[in-house]
Amino acid sequence: MKDKRPVNLDIGTMRLPITAWTSIAHRASGVFLFAGMAVLIWALDASLASPESFAALKDCLASPLFKLVLWAVVAGLIYHAVAGVKHLVMDLGIGETMEGGTRGAKSVLVVSAILILLAGVWIW
Amino acid sequence: MVTAVTSMGRSGLYDWLMQRVTAVILLSYFLLVGWVLLGGVDYASWKALYSHTWMRVFSLLALLSLGVHAWVGLWAVFTDYLTERLMGTTGNVLRFLAQVASALIMFTYVIWGIQILWGL
Repeated sequence: MKDKRPVNLDIGTMRLPITAWTSIAHRASGVFLFAGMAVLIWALDASLASPESFAALKDCLASPLFKLVLWAVVAGLIYHAVAGVKHLVMDLGIGETMEGGTRGAKSVLVVSAILILLAGVWIW
Repeated sequence: MVTAVTSMGRSGLYDWLMQRVTAVILLSYFLLVGWVLLGGVDYASWKALYSHTWMRVFSLLALLSLGVHAWVGLWAVFTDYLTERLMGTTGNVLRFLAQVASALIMFTYVIWGIQILWGL
């Protein structure tokens, strides 16, 4: 990156379109998931170490707080995956116009909201 | 400020491709595990699944993909928000520290995963 590269846009002063919000959420969910992976790897460890630790993990899963943590990680995973699939679709040249981008962003929100709700039902 | 030196492949196109290859690997892994969990598991069936060599290989592949994917993704985030333009020299120091921390965490995830998978 050049030192004196000009910066013409000050994002803080702009009203962001829906596509910007879904993009920021994709980034935020990615950062969140990087930390959330610790929970999943820890759970994988407990689930495989021994029958006792597997049972302990199941007991843990009965607590509302742990359900909430798991749901948050799964929700991040779902949103990040759906938004990621949208990127792959756009890489194929589909929905690259402004309207297409807006439609894609809305689809990502709707599809991930439904899947996150279903995941919540499954966890509880 | 030479931020490109810490990118995954020192090239935007390479990073772009790696981000997608690793994304597809991670998506298929999580779909598989999600599918198995939805079907319901007990300790014996779960342990049996993870004792297959193919599952261990697939799991390690997913874990390494996670490392690459997170490196490319976090690099994009850090070089956008922890910058000299936004916070002066502090930005460069914070970005360097953030990259060191994320590298350590990824390395830990991979080694931890190997321990779990091969029961060391």
